Amino acid sequence: MADNGDDEDHYRIKEGDYVVLKRGDIYKSVQILPKKKVIFEKQWIFLDNVVGCLYGNTFEIRSGGGLQLQNTKTTESPPDSKVAGTDNRNIIDDGKSQKLTKDDIEKLKDQGLKGQEIIQQLIENSATFSNKTEYAQDKYIKKKKKKYENTVTVLRPTCRILAMMYHGREPGKICHLRYDTLAQMLTLANIHANSKVLVFETCAGLVLGSIMERMGGHGTVVQMFPGGGPVRAGVESFGFPAHFYETLHEFPICHLNALEAGILDTFAKAPDAGEKESNMTAEEEDVLPGADPQGDSPEEQRMETVSADDKVQDQKKQEEEKRREAKAQEKKVKQEEKQRKLAAAAARLDGRNADGLVIASRFHPCPVLLRLLRFLSPSRPFVVYSQYLEPLIECYTKLKEQGGAVSLKLTDTWLRHYQVLPNRTHPRLLMSGGGGYLLSGTTVAPEPPAGSTPSEEPAPKRQKLKATEG
Amino acid sequence: MSKNGVKSFELAKRSVWCEAESILVCAVVPDRLMSGCFLKVHPRLFISGFCLFRAVALAMSFVEYSEVIQDSDVAIIYLGHNSVMPVKVQHGAQTQTRYGVIRHSSDLIGQRYGSKVTCSKGGWVYVLHPTPELWTVSLPHRTQILYTTDIATITMMLDLKPGSVVCESGTGSGSLSHAILRTIAPTGHLHTVEFHQQRAEKAAEEFREHRVSHLVTVRNQDVCKDGFGVMGVADAIFLDIPSPWEAVGHAKAALKKHGGRLCSFSPCIEQVQKTAEALTDHGFEEINTLEVLLRVHDVRTVSLPLPDFGPDCSAHPEPDAMEAPPPAPSQTSINIKTTTPPRELPGHTGYLTFATKPRT
Repeated sequence: MADNGDDEDHYRIKEGDYVVLKRGDIYKSVQILPKKKVIFEKQWIFLDNVVGCLYGNTFEIRSGGGLQLQNTKTTESPPDSKVAGTDNRNIIDDGKSQKLTKDDIEKLKDQGLKGQEIIQQLIENSATFSNKTEYAQDKYIKKKKKKYENTVTVLRPTCRILAMMYHGREPGKICHLRYDTLAQMLTLANIHANSKVLVFETCAGLVLGSIMERMGGHGTVVQMFPGGGPVRAGVESFGFPAHFYETLHEFPICHLNALEAGILDTFAKAPDAGEKESNMTAEEEDVLPGADPQGDSPEEQRMETVSADDKVQDQKKQEEEKRREAKAQEKKVKQEEKQRKLAAAAARLDGRNADGLVIASRFHPCPVLLRLLRFLSPSRPFVVYSQYLEPLIECYTKLKEQGGAVSLKLTDTWLRHYQVLPNRTHPRLLMSGGGGYLLSGTTVAPEPPAGSTPSEEPAPKRQKLKATEG
Repeated sequence: MSKNGVKSFELAKRSVWCEAESILVCAVVPDRLMSGCFLKVHPRLFISGFCLFRAVALAMSFVEYSEVIQDSDVAIIYLGHNSVMPVKVQHGAQTQTRYGVIRHSSDLIGQRYGSKVTCSKGGWVYVLHPTPELWTVSLPHRTQILYTTDIATITMMLDLKPGSVVCESGTGSGSLSHAILRTIAPTGHLHTVEFHQQRAEKAAEEFREHRVSHLVTVRNQDVCKDGFGVMGVADAIFLDIPSPWEAVGHAKAALKKHGGRLCSFSPCIEQVQKTAEALTDHGFEEINTLEVLLRVHDVRTVSLPLPDFGPDCSAHPEPDAMEAPPPAPSQTSINIKTTTPPRELPGHTGYLTFATKPRT
């Protein structure tokens, strides 16, 4: 069970891998491609040199954007000066304590000095550094390190890292879903291997990817998607092996009515996204009435008989037509593939026996929840995320009226990070204001129509009106 | 197609048929087939492309759903809001609830999970399939336990997924253990260490009853002295012990050579302080302490009264120029749907300290 040299390869970075670049609290997801320029923290870098290195390695950014593997442990703190002040009564903010000017520092950089060496220069040229308290010195070094250290660490993507990355960089793309809220969703929906999960999300694929990671390629995921096609950018960033995608199915939400009415014709042309395509295919078929794969259409035979003058032009025409024919054929194959996929996803929904439902979108959650809940077996969990509280109140109320769900809970989480240092432990000065809201519950066998469920919510209490002066 | 009108057997037949159709249509072998009712068809049967149906009744487990309650399952009885109890299902046994008696043979066995069960006094309950989350709120406490909010955060921040190898100490009442097992199944393993012999035995017994014992090794030893009993195998470590700093060395040794994640749960900040120092000394990186709390929003309809300001004097002075609507019998109150916080809620559970062990 212990890992030995054999599986070392598993931990090496390969070309084509999706990785996450990290510096401090900054993350960026990229794919390793040869000679590809990547902007990381306003710097152009090339990732060619990381291929063959190990995940978790840290690299120094060289001038020109090349990366060099950092020697292990060059990050020890500068020689401690041991001279420190007791308090800050003699420190005056006059902007004169640093002797080095901006230009001086730029010069040092151009000379190829490393971050560590620049910081040493800054300390030596600071008139007040030795008067600062020991703690203030630490803080000063930490601040300068952040500014001048020029390194990047390459990590393997995980749900934790990507959730923190999206939340830090582009919260708008993931409906401001905070990572701890995502963690709650995965647990509350009991996401695990060998289950069948329905997902409706507009969070760039982050939620879908996280679910797929937790299922480890075992089971079935059906992504219900709005609009023309499913959004999967975030899923790619996880860098899943190909077999994970065999468990993933997609179903356009615009076909839900048809599916539920039992009239979903999976061999018909898709009306939505495929509309343009199918129209074009139709046009092309008009032009080429006998567009059969053999190609010995009457049209070609006719061409044999035309005069020599037109021959060159005809040949051109013929080539053109062949190209179009091939294109049409390709489109047809694609269309068939699409229909095949739709049929496969529909078959998975038809059983109405899904094991979990996760909704996290910019759409009003109420209609989505009520419609998709029908596809779950009884005694299965579901969880709905919304950036706002009110739509979830509506979901809660509707579900209470309708029945079919128990242990409904409307929650959010409060998250606080701490600075932990000897004698300086305290909550971080800033915290996230909110991470969105969740409604979770469990399905139960539908009520026989007659019964009226006793409400868990107490009857509205009349607010006591205090006797006022009137 | 009324769901209620269809006998469960017919439902089963139909859904098996649906799945079979899906195989034929897409010509792939899914790694799990689901049926609408109590029949499960094993995927192996499709491999040759020749379908032979054999119904396999899958039993309840904490890592896989089943459809129908069977003898020796553990079911969760849902009595009402925030009130659940676990029941070991046994032929002939009875369970007393506040709504009356539940007779296992007639009321539970053969019923579908999620069904409503009417008790002897006429009250009714729902019987639910067990999940780690339902277990957390219904398990017998032998120690303080971790709750779902912390568990969810721990699971994500430790990068747990199917196949992960995890070391945990102490086992305690097994609240977190069940959640870990759910996430790392079917290919991972949990090594859990508990220094209290009875607790270790009880946990092992529960793992057997919950049909997850193939995924877990319970050891009765002191993690601070004897470690986890394994070296260089773990992807993640979880510590919930009084002096975690004494176990950091053992934790490092248990983690894989290429690195892994660690989490320590401590209620007191002094413990965090010492643990963070020990983690730094042992070369752990990305040390990060956080606290996560659940805020519950109770949905309420409240009626807000409107004050009476007296007759409206700002109306146009010439009454005949206006339509002169008689002052409508104005509403005296407005009903709104809103949420209220519970009067009291857990304000502290513990600090979660996470760290990464780099490759060594």
